[in-house]
Amino acid sequence: MSLLKLTNIRKSFGAVDVLHGVNLEVTAGEVIGLVGDNGAGKSTLMKTITGMYTADDGEITMNGQSILDLDPGKRRALGIEMIYQDLALAKQQDVASNIFLGREPVKKFLGVLPGMVDKRTMDKKAQQMIDRLGAHLPSINRPVGSFSGGQQQTVAIARALTFDPKLVIMDEPTAALAVREVQSVLELIRSLKAEGISVILISHRLNDVLGVTDRIVVLRQGVATTNLETKQTTMTEVVSAIVGGNDMAEAAAHESAG
Amino acid sequence: MTAKPTTVRDTSLFGWWRSAQSASQERFQLRLESLVVLIGLCIVMSLLSPFFLSVSNFLNILLATATIGVLAIAATFVISSGGLDLSLGSVMGLSGVVGAYVAVTIGAPAGFGVLGCLVAGSLAGFVNGFLVTRAGVPAFIVTLGMLGLARGLALVISDGRVIYGLPPELIYLGQGRPFGIPMPVIILIVTALVTHYILAFTRFGRYTLAIGDNENAVRTSGINVERHRLILYTLSGGLAGLAGMLFMARINAGDPTAGITYELTAITAAIIGGTNLFGGRGSILGTIIGALIMGVLQNGLNLLAVQSYYQQMAIGAVLILAVFIDQYQFRKEAKV
Repeated sequence: MSLLKLTNIRKSFGAVDVLHGVNLEVTAGEVIGLVGDNGAGKSTLMKTITGMYTADDGEITMNGQSILDLDPGKRRALGIEMIYQDLALAKQQDVASNIFLGREPVKKFLGVLPGMVDKRTMDKKAQQMIDRLGAHLPSINRPVGSFSGGQQQTVAIARALTFDPKLVIMDEPTAALAVREVQSVLELIRSLKAEGISVILISHRLNDVLGVTDRIVVLRQGVATTNLETKQTTMTEVVSAIVGGNDMAEAAAHESAG
Repeated sequence: MTAKPTTVRDTSLFGWWRSAQSASQERFQLRLESLVVLIGLCIVMSLLSPFFLSVSNFLNILLATATIGVLAIAATFVISSGGLDLSLGSVMGLSGVVGAYVAVTIGAPAGFGVLGCLVAGSLAGFVNGFLVTRAGVPAFIVTLGMLGLARGLALVISDGRVIYGLPPELIYLGQGRPFGIPMPVIILIVTALVTHYILAFTRFGRYTLAIGDNENAVRTSGINVERHRLILYTLSGGLAGLAGMLFMARINAGDPTAGITYELTAITAAIIGGTNLFGGRGSILGTIIGALIMGVLQNGLNLLAVQSYYQQMAIGAVLILAVFIDQYQFRKEAKV
């Protein structure tokens, strides 16, 4: 059953056409690798899914209903979460503040004053989520800027998972991580899949993509050109689809070596 | 061997300090260092001058701090969101003139005088916010321009003269003393409590700090950052209007030159109180303590008959020292 369906998505910025009619379908619990060269339109495509950008033309449906007119907050409420490459964390605020940013639970102060953020509940739930991810943070009351890259990634992932998402988009989640931390992120993606959550993984690290996805979609010059079953494809095939056939042997050899 | 117990005691003392620090940070959003500095300063001053330690002198300090305190609250909101408002002093002057113009020249009831101050300030703030968020002009430039615009407009409205003769109800707001406490002090305390609640405990306050921290993180969370900024600048202007009203009522006149360079003093108070100049951190209680540190310093040096030139130097030095301590602590925290 298809969870998210993009039909003929177009997007241009002024004179620059970025997406020329992209079709993409994601089923529930499916892990899709989205690959493509720099400038192929991966980030733009993802931002049209989260609602940061509005598509110029085309249709996006979630569970059969159009979400094209919804703002980012509403799409998030429907279960679309994105983890940005820069993590989009407020570094001087603590863990709970980041996880609940924009969705803080509120209560009444002394039973009268409205709109008091319920910090205790936030802290408790934040700690539960961090524990569920099996991660260790020095203290959840510290500013997240004082954590390591992997720990910050954990906070970003925890934020995405706290509100029962149906689809998680990850933009280069492993790019800046140590080897051991990469493995735990990949493990996390597998456990998301096991819970029936769909994942779109954007990555330049093709080994990670081949290791964890069900399907690989190649975006080339604003069009989803190739659709590969991960089990039946090879590094060479993926690389050739990305670069478009030219010089592919050399590029593939380089990727395999790396 | 002998060094060992010392180290243990040191860590426990340090640990106690750390836990007290984080508790005050969490409960009251207040950095404990600034409170320690304020109390230390009070102790030193009371040792140096026999006149310092008295209720009436403390009320004096609070009264002298009231106007700057309200302006500093405005500065805290804008700065902790990563913005800047250089027009605070001018908008305060403009508001006082508008209030006096409405109440004296037009002769409207006193209530309209108060309203005039607040509306004039909020409007100026709204224009600031509109230009920053919709026209995309940097806050530094917009508010620097407003600094000139508001001051000039104040002089135009008042024809360059001080507007005297406020109605008694307005004067009461500046000079009245219910229960022996000056009205401006009461207004400052109420304003501080309300705004502290907003900044520290509401969603609005959290978004303010988060915007100053990482605007994009807030935007991707589905919050309308531009609208929030617009509200912040309007609020800042409105508070400057309140400060203008306090000042006008206290001196019983609308003075078009009121509040010149006050924006710098207000920003100084906010920074001494722990507001991060680049946004992301700030609290109203901290700012009030920052303003009080400056007030106590000024008052004490006055009592000691120190020339006012030295007072300016002292405040400048305190500002740099406060930021140094803050940065030092923050760097150490980041390393742990």
